[in-house]
Amino acid sequence: MDIVEHYLYTKEHEWINIEDGVGTVGITEYAQSALGDITFVDLPHAEAEVEQFEQLTSVESVKSASDIFSPMSGRIIDVNDKLSDDPGLINRSCCDKGWIARIEISDMDESSNLLTAAEYGSYLESLDRNGDADSDE
Amino acid sequence: MALGAKMVPFGGWEMPLQYPDGILKEHEANRKGCSVFDCSHMGEFLIEGDAVACGLERIVTQPLADQPVGTCRYGMALNASGGTIDDLIVYRLAPEKWMVVVNAANIAKDAAHFRAHLASGTRFEDVSDETAKIDVQGPLSRDVMAALVPGVRDLAYYTFGIFRVLGEDVIVSRTGYTGELGYEIYYPWGRTGKLWDALCADRRVHPTGLGVRDVLRIEVCYPLYGHELSEEISPLEAGLGRFVDTGKDFMGRAELLRRDREGGRRIIHFVSASRRAPRQGHAIFSAEGVVAGDVVSGTFSPALGAGVGIGFIKKEFTGAYKNIIFGDEKMRVDAQAASRPFYKTGSLRA
Repeated sequence: MDIVEHYLYTKEHEWINIEDGVGTVGITEYAQSALGDITFVDLPHAEAEVEQFEQLTSVESVKSASDIFSPMSGRIIDVNDKLSDDPGLINRSCCDKGWIARIEISDMDESSNLLTAAEYGSYLESLDRNGDADSDE
Repeated sequence: MALGAKMVPFGGWEMPLQYPDGILKEHEANRKGCSVFDCSHMGEFLIEGDAVACGLERIVTQPLADQPVGTCRYGMALNASGGTIDDLIVYRLAPEKWMVVVNAANIAKDAAHFRAHLASGTRFEDVSDETAKIDVQGPLSRDVMAALVPGVRDLAYYTFGIFRVLGEDVIVSRTGYTGELGYEIYYPWGRTGKLWDALCADRRVHPTGLGVRDVLRIEVCYPLYGHELSEEISPLEAGLGRFVDTGKDFMGRAELLRRDREGGRRIIHFVSASRRAPRQGHAIFSAEGVVAGDVVSGTFSPALGAGVGIGFIKKEFTGAYKNIIFGDEKMRVDAQAASRPFYKTGSLRA
């Protein structure tokens, strides 16, 4: 499974890449694989404020709809407009071109509530071991 | 599982939901090529007797006495309130021999209903446990099937025959649940591996899970028991009047007609104004925002590139609903009522 080393992760299978106080957010390989073909992304509104672990947006696959949560608090400063016409971009490049939103982070200390790549990898292994259903499904 | 299918439990079965290529690829395979589904969970009953004398005619909403041998008829069994016990297909195997195919989740309930209402002494056998079913569906399915069983090439829509398929004499019918040209093969339980492998060895064939089967059937507005039909919903409310012969006597007829005269809920088919899909459990709102009904089936339609849904408008809401809104506490999406089927260019009768 693809886990980018310098990103941080949530247990709900979102990632955030923090650079200069701005976090780029997307969903992980595990999440996109569980969702299957994504058919719609409800892009969040730029300028909206989001709270850590509160709903950022939702995505739909052919057979289901899933909420996406924000890994950190802040103000949305950019959304990936390409996803309007091409939601499958998330399936093809979930950790890079299929990013969903950029957030101007309001409290950098919140990053301590997130998982490192190594911790997220162990978390996925524990899910496999327990046979738990993905909570995003 | 060897193909990496995502499995889900369904009515006590482990069912392949989708294979690794994804549901959109599986959809395309069915609409443009040929897909195979393992539908062995379906139930099959064998009944012997004259349609009227044995009581079968009274159980089913379609006329059976005049049904030609070698044909299939789709209909329903109703309860005393005119609600639907199950929807089913009747195969006339011989003048006094019938196979009835029912939904997996209803096998026990249906068997009890048939046993209770068939004339005493009628031979009734539930052969669901010995009978598997493989569906071969899609515009290329005739060529695929004919490579294995040349005789099926001449099967007309909603007819069947007994054919030798890989050494087994089995029923093959020209029926299906996708709106495409297709066949259902009733095969001895435990021997489907060789049939599945032979079909999948044909490069035109795509193994397909049951997730896309639901998408395909919604695109052509076929009912699914538990959604468009239930013990509470009559086939007339579900818009299935053409499968109900009100000119004959059948169980539930009086209440069915009374409910129809009084006006009950009405089925509505609608297309989302966006790629956003309606889902079972969403509400249907009038254009003014009043809750007028609920969604029973919904999906993103790959064929239309939009969300499509089926729901019921409550009895109290009269008038035509051209523009509606669907959604829940978190979202509202505009949609337009549409004629069925949503997908109109299937190869069903090719």
